[in-house]
Amino acid sequence: MAKDYRQYLRVAKLPHVWCPGCGHGIITHAIAGAMADLQLDPDELAVLGGIGCSGRASFLFETDAMHTTHGRAVAFATGLKLARPDLRVLLVMGDGDALGIGGNHFIHACRRNIDLTAVIYNNAIYGQTGGQLAPTTPTEKRSTTSPYGNIEHPFDTVRLAVAAGATYVARTTSFDFPEIVRFVRRGIAHKGFSVIEVLTQCPTYYGRLNDLRDPSQMLYEFKLQTIPLEEYNQMSPEERAGKIPIGEFLCEERTEFVESYYSLCQLSRSV
Amino acid sequence: MSKQEFVQGNEACARGALYAGCRFFAGYPITPSSEIMEYLAREMPKVGGVCVQLEDEIASISAVIGAAWGGVKAMTATSGPGFSLMQENIGYAAITETPCVIVDCQRWGPSTGQPTKAAQGDVMQARWGTHGDHPVIVLTASWVREVFEMTVHAFNLAEQYRVPVILLLDEVLAHLRENVTLPAAGELEIVERTEDTEEKMLNFGEGARLMVTGMAHDETGFPAQGEKAAQHLKRIVGKIEERAERLMRYQGFYLDDADYLIISYGITSRAVEAAVERLRAGGIPIGWLDLKILWPFPEKLIREISSQMKYILVPELNLGQLVREVERAAAGQAPIAHLGRVDGSLITPEEICKHVHVGALSGQTRGSAPTS
Amino acid sequence: MSTQQIRLTGAGGQGLVLAGIILAEAAMREGYNVAVAQSYGPEARLGASRAEVIISTQKIAYPQIDQPDLLLCLTQEAYDKYISNLGEQALVLADSSQVLIATNHLKPKIIALPLQQAAIEQIGSKLVTNVVALGALNALAQLVSWEHLAAVVVERTPQKYRAQNLKALEIGCALTQTTKESRA
Repeated sequence: MAKDYRQYLRVAKLPHVWCPGCGHGIITHAIAGAMADLQLDPDELAVLGGIGCSGRASFLFETDAMHTTHGRAVAFATGLKLARPDLRVLLVMGDGDALGIGGNHFIHACRRNIDLTAVIYNNAIYGQTGGQLAPTTPTEKRSTTSPYGNIEHPFDTVRLAVAAGATYVARTTSFDFPEIVRFVRRGIAHKGFSVIEVLTQCPTYYGRLNDLRDPSQMLYEFKLQTIPLEEYNQMSPEERAGKIPIGEFLCEERTEFVESYYSLCQLSRSV
Repeated sequence: MSKQEFVQGNEACARGALYAGCRFFAGYPITPSSEIMEYLAREMPKVGGVCVQLEDEIASISAVIGAAWGGVKAMTATSGPGFSLMQENIGYAAITETPCVIVDCQRWGPSTGQPTKAAQGDVMQARWGTHGDHPVIVLTASWVREVFEMTVHAFNLAEQYRVPVILLLDEVLAHLRENVTLPAAGELEIVERTEDTEEKMLNFGEGARLMVTGMAHDETGFPAQGEKAAQHLKRIVGKIEERAERLMRYQGFYLDDADYLIISYGITSRAVEAAVERLRAGGIPIGWLDLKILWPFPEKLIREISSQMKYILVPELNLGQLVREVERAAAGQAPIAHLGRVDGSLITPEEICKHVHVGALSGQTRGSAPTS
Repeated sequence: MSTQQIRLTGAGGQGLVLAGIILAEAAMREGYNVAVAQSYGPEARLGASRAEVIISTQKIAYPQIDQPDLLLCLTQEAYDKYISNLGEQALVLADSSQVLIATNHLKPKIIALPLQQAAIEQIGSKLVTNVVALGALNALAQLVSWEHLAAVVVERTPQKYRAQNLKALEIGCALTQTTKESRA
């Protein structure tokens, strides 16, 4: 019997705590959809989150779940996956969580190519704490701690993950629900460290501070700003200005950490 | 049959962990604890366990907690700077009632301090390093064999009570090599994570669909506020405090006829042992309390004992940490002197003898005692 | 001997801790209680380094040495630092190819032997100076049997360097013979 996405959610815990118009619910729904598509056994899944708005997603999955400390979900998951290679471990992280405070754990997980699936809910701002600057806030955009506009350059999550060694890297937005489902599905099925960045709207802080109060307008902006990767690659540098490529950037096979570790166990007994 | 072996303190810790059934270690190199990870990197794979070096100490303690929820006995080892970095997640382990063992080979601090010099300066940090009220058990050891035994004991307590257990060693003991006969297989009791532990635990991957969070939570694992949060905190703190007497672990020497008392722990106890023999031989009615568990602090024991003493000396490699607990427990019943040394060397038996002679004659108390 | 306190001093990288380990393990096999504590600076190479070995028929409570019965000095820095703090009947072995013996320290019995020079000339590597020193020290102080010492040297050194280290031990031992002869 085909599984329904609701089987993967703690429906009794709904409604969720996110603001009206927030994109986090769309992503969480899409992750559950990907689990259903793959017909996964909920008891072989574990979902780990960190701190921030995205961290609250960890409370919504009807699986073993851990709401860890800020930025450390990847490290907790590394221990869990090594101890229990039979579990499929998913990470639900925010941009501040994964790339700010947890940036070090993130790049090392990419480097090790450990078999985890990391979904990054990127709303370009610290929502839960009140709209402060994130490492993903675009230059010149405002936050409560960059009231005159951001003078820094944001991380490009995709380029960072590819450079650090992740073996499945994709980006989409909360505008395209089916594509989130598809990428998460592909990421879970992929053996290695999978990074799915989903750009999502925070009307409450990012929108309000940057003259984009209307959530639907923010979603529409994503549609206007993003260009499928194949198309983007054909564009001139002038045409690329202000545009964000979306799609699957990388899907390659490389030795996976947990598997390598247990092969090493075999080797150590014969030395 | 066990045989005499020549073993280093850190090696004894690693071997004690394996003996206790530890099958997960994550760590980051730091003097003077690194030999623990080096030993386990060699031996852990042979028993199918995991030993990984991660990107920092924060990742190490995080992975240990993740592995513990995977149903595995897990440990990390570090020293001062790394121990400081681990504090937030030690609190996470406490509030989520995660069994795990953290070994801190103390070195001179604060900050980078002197990496290769011994200290006992993390006594208070071990108890209160993470924010908020929380439960924790802190053990210590003085001998290489005892490092092995206390590592096993640390795992047993962690599993029995679902609590992070910290083992405080120091640079000298970590690197000290001595001839020992380590426990044979089956000689020490091992607590396994079964239905019979006093605080039951379910693991990930067993179909329980657990929710684990560092937020104040109710018995279902979901966030709770107000009175429910208060109940949660009181229960996790109480489960250790209420068992303080049962957890007590110490050795008492010459307590029956002692007028003067030394209270010591860790590496300093070895100088005390040498000193006590000399003082007794010289006719001084000295007694000695050698503490093996520091937290929960054996408050009642010290309160009772101090009423019979004319003078109590607390030697430690810091500027006054455990002595404050002794003062609090003794509650003015006996004058208490502190012998603190922070030049990177151990307190010597001679120094202890000198302090006892001076203190016993003049009834000196803390503050007026000469410090080295 | 009831208790022997031995301080091995020099620079990091000279293998003093290893020498202490070998000596102590050999003594353990003869039924003694042993303890080896190490003291070193933050550097893996150079910088002051010392190993402290206690060999005793009794339980060793305090694991560090106050005033050694035996002192080995492989560098001038170590010699200058430790020469003035010795037990009453102390014996000092210094590397004469590295250490200038001050004439005002005539009170302790100082034996100066060209340890590093012997290692370089007879084996072609100063890396075995620690084992040469160990051979000499043991021959002078009669700490443990040759058999036990040689056995531990063999076990504690990689196969490739075993013959070389055994030879170093013999050279150290032989150096003391020439001293005794020249004195006689």
